[in-house]
Amino acid sequence: MTGSARPAGGAPVPSDERRHGFLELRDLRIHFPTDDGLVRSVDGLSFTLERGRTLGIVGESGSGKSVTSLGILGLHKDGRARISGEIWLDGEELVSASAEHVRTLRGKKMAMIFQDPLSAMHPYYTVGAQIIEAYRIHHQVSKAVARKHAVDLLGRVGIPQPDRRVDSYPHEFSGGMRQRAMIAMALSCDPELLIADEPTTALDVTVQAQILDLMRDLQQEFDSALIVITHDLGVVAELSDDILVMYGGKCVEYGTAEDIFDRPEHPYTWGLLGSMPRLDRERTERLLPIKGSPPSLINVPSGCAFHPRCGYEPRTGGLGSTEVPELAAADGGHDGGHLVRCHLPREERRAIWENEIKPTLESA
Amino acid sequence: MSESPEPLLSLTDVRKHFPITKGLIKRQVGAVKAVDGISFDVRRGETLGLVGESGCGKTTTGRLITRLIEPTDGRIMFEGRDITHMSQGDLRPLRRDMQMIFQDPYSSLNPRHTVGAIVGAPFRIQGVRTEHGTKKAVQEILELVGLNPEHYNRYPHEFSGGQRQRIGIARTLALKPKLIIADEPVSALDVSIQAQVVNLLEDLQNELDLTYVVIAHDLSVVRHISDRVAVMYLGKIVEIADRKDLYESPMHPYTTALLSAVPIPDVRRRAGRERIRLLGDVPSPINPPPACRFHTRCWKAQEVCRTVEPPLAELATGHRVACHFPENAPAGAVQDTSGTEVPA
Repeated sequence: MTGSARPAGGAPVPSDERRHGFLELRDLRIHFPTDDGLVRSVDGLSFTLERGRTLGIVGESGSGKSVTSLGILGLHKDGRARISGEIWLDGEELVSASAEHVRTLRGKKMAMIFQDPLSAMHPYYTVGAQIIEAYRIHHQVSKAVARKHAVDLLGRVGIPQPDRRVDSYPHEFSGGMRQRAMIAMALSCDPELLIADEPTTALDVTVQAQILDLMRDLQQEFDSALIVITHDLGVVAELSDDILVMYGGKCVEYGTAEDIFDRPEHPYTWGLLGSMPRLDRERTERLLPIKGSPPSLINVPSGCAFHPRCGYEPRTGGLGSTEVPELAAADGGHDGGHLVRCHLPREERRAIWENEIKPTLESA
Repeated sequence: MSESPEPLLSLTDVRKHFPITKGLIKRQVGAVKAVDGISFDVRRGETLGLVGESGCGKTTTGRLITRLIEPTDGRIMFEGRDITHMSQGDLRPLRRDMQMIFQDPYSSLNPRHTVGAIVGAPFRIQGVRTEHGTKKAVQEILELVGLNPEHYNRYPHEFSGGQRQRIGIARTLALKPKLIIADEPVSALDVSIQAQVVNLLEDLQNELDLTYVVIAHDLSVVRHISDRVAVMYLGKIVEIADRKDLYESPMHPYTTALLSAVPIPDVRRRAGRERIRLLGDVPSPINPPPACRFHTRCWKAQEVCRTVEPPLAELATGHRVACHFPENAPAGAVQDTSGTEVPA
């Protein structure tokens, strides 16, 4: 399937017979034409997310995870990106919707928590003014009511003396406070889909723990769908129900958090787990890094994008470098929930995990 | 402190206060007490990890050790020589022996210099002549850190983040230093690359007999590479111990809280895990809380913590901690009188 340019149509496309999930991506492709070639940031991504569930998207820099989130929010619409595929949000198709229509959904229907609150907030306006602005766009209320709402929200996310801090500027907040204010801003219109892009990467561990707790509580309270994008497997394990591992713009493994941590089947997922020193296990003598570095998205390796770094590529009989593997049900997958994109036969993957990988991760 | 041989580096009650000035005549109105009285030794061949949250003074400590900045007070000894107030000129020959690895491989390499010029700079600056010329020496070092020696004439932008960090490490190693201060050496790198660099640092240590001081905020990485670990809070060392002791039986409540805050990649344990939640943020180092600096966030704090500063006392062999009510303390060391509740 080749990417067609974004249609300019405005009205939501009527949904077909099949019922869509609350958020459903179907074969989403986001490509950027550049002077050096076509950057395939997202290349055929599909997943479904229901309300009240949390999806963790894991991947290294350049794996396409942030581009996906910006794509869902429609923030590539006025750029040069070539977007194809479908994004269904609560029965509406967003790829073919007009930029103007998607703009009205942002804030109220879906919102985003950015990584760096200092650059995501406007330094010239008070924190309160920025929350009030978003709220008044979506609600016909007076300034006083909106201000009251902003104070309530700041209190809700744990900012002390919210009635005073509402008039502070972003630079007057500490890092953790600023991230809380960002979360308050994202929540101001009670969005049904919340996307958090590296929400705690810039924070210290003790503050990170506070923010993770807060996000978990708020999600339960608002029953929203949450997407957490991060490179930190610890953060993902804390928050996610389901996990999607991205590599080179594609999903290489998808499953419940238990699937990914207890019976991962993709060599890249094994590599991520082996690269990470862990506090909850005996200290291992050596980390088990993945060789090489993440691919350039202009020159994605042929066949399986991971094959140049994969230690098991020789066992695929040459398929690894020639053919792109399908995303297929994994061995231990219950009702097809656990998906893996790998050429290795199922039994072999399972055996490698049980006999070769798992013991090295668990023992010293 | 009962060290057998002479330590490579020794800090005694070192302080660094950055003055805050105001007005036309730059009258001093206060000071940022970035480092406020720390003492520790670094032994030859070991790796000392320095952890703490942002603003605790760990980076300032690193810069004091390498004398990129001059301490306000205290004494720094390197190989038995007092370098506390040494002039830049006198320090230059010493710089061969202590080098620094920086956090950001993008801003710590000059984009207009080739790899050969970057890694060769120490030879030029120190006036070192090698047997087969600088180029040969540089290429050997590039090979040592896992880079292709043919990349001698390339520029930093042609390399990935992990490779750039290797270039930085190659520059550090050029003159075979004795002590390397690594300030967040892997935090800017991707997970899979982090592991490569951590392994490289360990290999180099074994091969070249290096001593490391590793400054990092990631407690898992620090546990992996350190022999001993010092925990800093608001310009003070609150606990210093061997790796195993510190991670398995931390004594300072702050260390306990830090360890319990690290997210664990284990889904089954996320429900049952008991967490210590610290409230609020680290107070400002301009006006740190009196006595024990941690008392504003500590669940064990009593009256004495607000009035008397706890000394950094050795409660078990090689395990020093500054707390009135330490946890996991051996019986008889300090009486734990707290019956206060742990916040949920």
